[in-house]
Amino acid sequence: MTSTMDSRIVAVNGPLVTVEIVKAQEVMMNEVAYVLWNRVPLKSEVIRIRGRLVDMQVFESTVGLKVGDRVDFAGSLLSATLGPGMLGQIYDGLQNPLSELDNDQGYFLRRGQYISSLNQEKRWEFTPSVKTGDTVKAGYYLGSVPEGIFKHHIIVPLALQGTWEVVDLIGQGSYTVTDRIATLKNHEGLEVPVTMAQPWPVKLPVKAYKERLLPNRQLLTQCRLIDIFFPLAEGGTACIPGPFGAGKTVLQQIVSRYAEADIVIIVACGERAGEVVETIRELPLLEDPQTGKSLMDRTVIICNTSSMPVAAREASIYTGVTLGEYYRQIGLKVLLLADSTSRWAQALRESSARMEEIPGEEAFPAYLESRLAALYERAGMVRLYNDSTGSLTLIGNVSPAGGNFEEPVTQNTLKVVGAFYGLSRSRSDQRRYPAIDPLISWSLYLKQMRGSLGERHPEWVSWVEEAQNLFIQGNEIHQMMLVVGEEGIGIEDLVTYLKAEMVDTVCLQQDSYDTVDRATDRDRQISDFTLLIRMVHYRFNFETKREARQRMTHLQNLFFQMKYCQFQGEAYQKYRIEIESILVKG
Amino acid sequence: MIIEYTRITQIQGDIISVVASGIQYSELAVVKSRMRTSLAQVIRLRGDEVFLQVFAGTRGVATGDQVRFLGHPMRVPFGDALLGRIFNGSGDPIDGGPELKALPRLDIGGPSVNPVMRVIPRGFIETRVPMIDVFNPLVESQKLPIFAAAGEPYNKLLARIGMRANADVVILGGIGLKYDEYLKFRRAFEEAGVLPRTIMFVHTASDPVVERLLVPDLALAVAEQFGVNGKRVLVLLTDMTAFADAMKEIAISMDQVPSNLGYPGSLYSDLASRYEKAVDFEGAGSITILAVTTMPGDDVTHPVPDNTGYITEGQFYLRKGVIEPFGSLSRLKQLVIGKVTRLDHGHIMNSMIRLFAKSREVEQKLAMGFDRTADDERYLRYGTLFYDRFMDMKVDMGLNEALDLGWYTLAECFHPDEVGIKQELIDKHWPRG
Repeated sequence: MTSTMDSRIVAVNGPLVTVEIVKAQEVMMNEVAYVLWNRVPLKSEVIRIRGRLVDMQVFESTVGLKVGDRVDFAGSLLSATLGPGMLGQIYDGLQNPLSELDNDQGYFLRRGQYISSLNQEKRWEFTPSVKTGDTVKAGYYLGSVPEGIFKHHIIVPLALQGTWEVVDLIGQGSYTVTDRIATLKNHEGLEVPVTMAQPWPVKLPVKAYKERLLPNRQLLTQCRLIDIFFPLAEGGTACIPGPFGAGKTVLQQIVSRYAEADIVIIVACGERAGEVVETIRELPLLEDPQTGKSLMDRTVIICNTSSMPVAAREASIYTGVTLGEYYRQIGLKVLLLADSTSRWAQALRESSARMEEIPGEEAFPAYLESRLAALYERAGMVRLYNDSTGSLTLIGNVSPAGGNFEEPVTQNTLKVVGAFYGLSRSRSDQRRYPAIDPLISWSLYLKQMRGSLGERHPEWVSWVEEAQNLFIQGNEIHQMMLVVGEEGIGIEDLVTYLKAEMVDTVCLQQDSYDTVDRATDRDRQISDFTLLIRMVHYRFNFETKREARQRMTHLQNLFFQMKYCQFQGEAYQKYRIEIESILVKG
Repeated sequence: MIIEYTRITQIQGDIISVVASGIQYSELAVVKSRMRTSLAQVIRLRGDEVFLQVFAGTRGVATGDQVRFLGHPMRVPFGDALLGRIFNGSGDPIDGGPELKALPRLDIGGPSVNPVMRVIPRGFIETRVPMIDVFNPLVESQKLPIFAAAGEPYNKLLARIGMRANADVVILGGIGLKYDEYLKFRRAFEEAGVLPRTIMFVHTASDPVVERLLVPDLALAVAEQFGVNGKRVLVLLTDMTAFADAMKEIAISMDQVPSNLGYPGSLYSDLASRYEKAVDFEGAGSITILAVTTMPGDDVTHPVPDNTGYITEGQFYLRKGVIEPFGSLSRLKQLVIGKVTRLDHGHIMNSMIRLFAKSREVEQKLAMGFDRTADDERYLRYGTLFYDRFMDMKVDMGLNEALDLGWYTLAECFHPDEVGIKQELIDKHWPRG
């Protein structure tokens, strides 16, 4: 029969269970516990403690749980396991490798399976970089193993506090992630063994670095609209809100493939499984233009799709960020794409409602804002102890209810991010892709990166600002034309409008299905935008509006054809020469 | 060991609570009252208090009524014997046919498919509705809602697709269906001779509200098993807004904090867990879902269509009795167009839609009192032909026939230079003479 010495379930409400703990027991906030369902342990996490009653969210379906079922506390926080072997993996929200799970009937996820995140048998070629007697602290490197194209540094466990002496170190050789590679000792004589794998509690930020730096270097996405007009900084943050069907997914896929990052982490949080399937099946077939290797080799996918348990959805973004911070400690340039933070916020809302907390706006909990801020704050560029830098850039998709940006998730996200890419229904209806609306979007990094962008051209930032103003003017004139018709405006206004349309068509819009146009590298961005800004500056002399329309349409078509041509190729040069000749004589 | 409890401590809305022990979360119980016997499901455990939602409703339930727990969650019989049968929202046959006691039973609302076991969809489901097949083809494993205001003939459309679609098994889930509509579905399937491949789970508007909640899960659990067994299954659900409304009722009865217009905060997850049952199994069959979502006040930003739009892979808008070509979208169409279907499919689709948009513009221009030109006449003619030959719900045509008719219609109204199609395709397909 049941022993009174165990903690027991006293209530079940969806994914939330309430547990009565035994008197002397100590519990930690966010501690992991296992609820036993017919002897199958179901992972869960402490989210509230009131006296001897502990509320926990269960990361699995709670169907079949009973009052009186036993609960075992693990004594540790919800953690990710970090080490070599994560690249190319597809994990669930709790870092279980999805392809290694045993499926019911071959297809269905079964409850209570927890598999080690890192391959335990694989051997890695370890080369030490310290020697016995050296003094180290959390975040220092002990050595490295090659992983794909990277040198994967083995880090002194991030959870260690204070300074430690290396008292024992293994020689060069091949080892598994469970082999002891070093022993560290502190002043008090405490000795800890170190392996290549280490745990880190996902909800706490990693801070084992010298200092955080102001993000002032560009992270190139190869999407012109972003890179030229609303640039993203390495270590920066951005959000992409948009109504359904406005192209968030396609934009994210493009960025995940072409962004110039070392590591890309994709967190599919509460979205369609179908989208993840496309990524999973196609990414391994695509070649990374920078390395010639498969794009999957630089990617980690964390996948908690909309029909998977909701509590694990909340954890999935933290798991992703923790992996990102770890690679940053190795000195890499990491890009994390989270789709979608709204689903994550909804998971918070669901558990808050079940705990009967007093709701805030639209029933989201009052702590939504601080949780969002804390999450985005984990991004950043840092100087590591060895003076190299690493960065974690975070882009969050937002799915605002009804496509209305006034809702709490969008608004609270806007307070904390450095760039805002607002997708608009009207642009997507007009098939102007990517449907980021230049009239509402912004990036704080344009000014912050004035220095590094100035290397493109000393006037670069002011050109971009000019083009942004042109969109505003063009839109005003367009609105006017809708009322008074083309007859009602002057020829100069018409030309301004046509210039704005031209920049929109040939620069903002990018064809993600075209092999050339879908990604534009830095050199081409500089070259093409410099030419385009000459067009913007050019004072055209047209006699009639008809002439203006005809000749501007001709010029626009030249730019348009050029953007589909291989950069610097023969066809490209032909169009470019023709455009230049027009911009000389008008 | 089955224990009976006879002490109902609380009745609120369609939810009762009893004092009991050893009860599993989500297990099923039978509530026997003077008027009728109903199934109920455990939706919350708190100490020795057990909360159950009573599927037949709580009218007439007395505090001394008998509650018997069954020790397992909701199940549905499964087997080929289901084909051609009609069940109610509790999964009991209502067609007068034999009971299905001997069949094995499936738990409903099972776990989701491991995402790595899915494949990229590649099958085309022909519905013989040109507005779907030609312009927004349905792809195997797709989930697509039909957004419609109340009063639109969405059930008629669904019945047509159910009769004609080339699927192995068609499962209809009726949620809050008017009795007349149920009869119409039944008659339509009978007359078309497709009843032997059809299974119906029907909850009519006069049935207890809570029973609505079971219909999608029953239909999808059966679909899933047929899918695993290698069948291409098409699931038709109508109307998912009624399903969402039932969830709202339960949530409010349970004193849950509502998030938007009274709907529970879990609306997105609740809808997604049903729609995500659509899948193409690697090495087996598939499940495709077509679901009606009525839009209260014809407002697509209402929480139900809005959340649905984020979950599904596109949407069809049904307006004024026809599928609207603008706004309707099949997000997976590029996976089959020109790959599974004919090479000219994509080109003719784009060209026809572009020209139809132009004809709408012309209509608007004329409505504003501008002069009518000879060009306008041609566009108007094209617009009329397009409506009659493709949009009209009566049209029943296979894809290739529709593509041919498309070429023919273009040739009737336009010169090859005007349609913006590659010359080699014009040479091959443009009707001569």
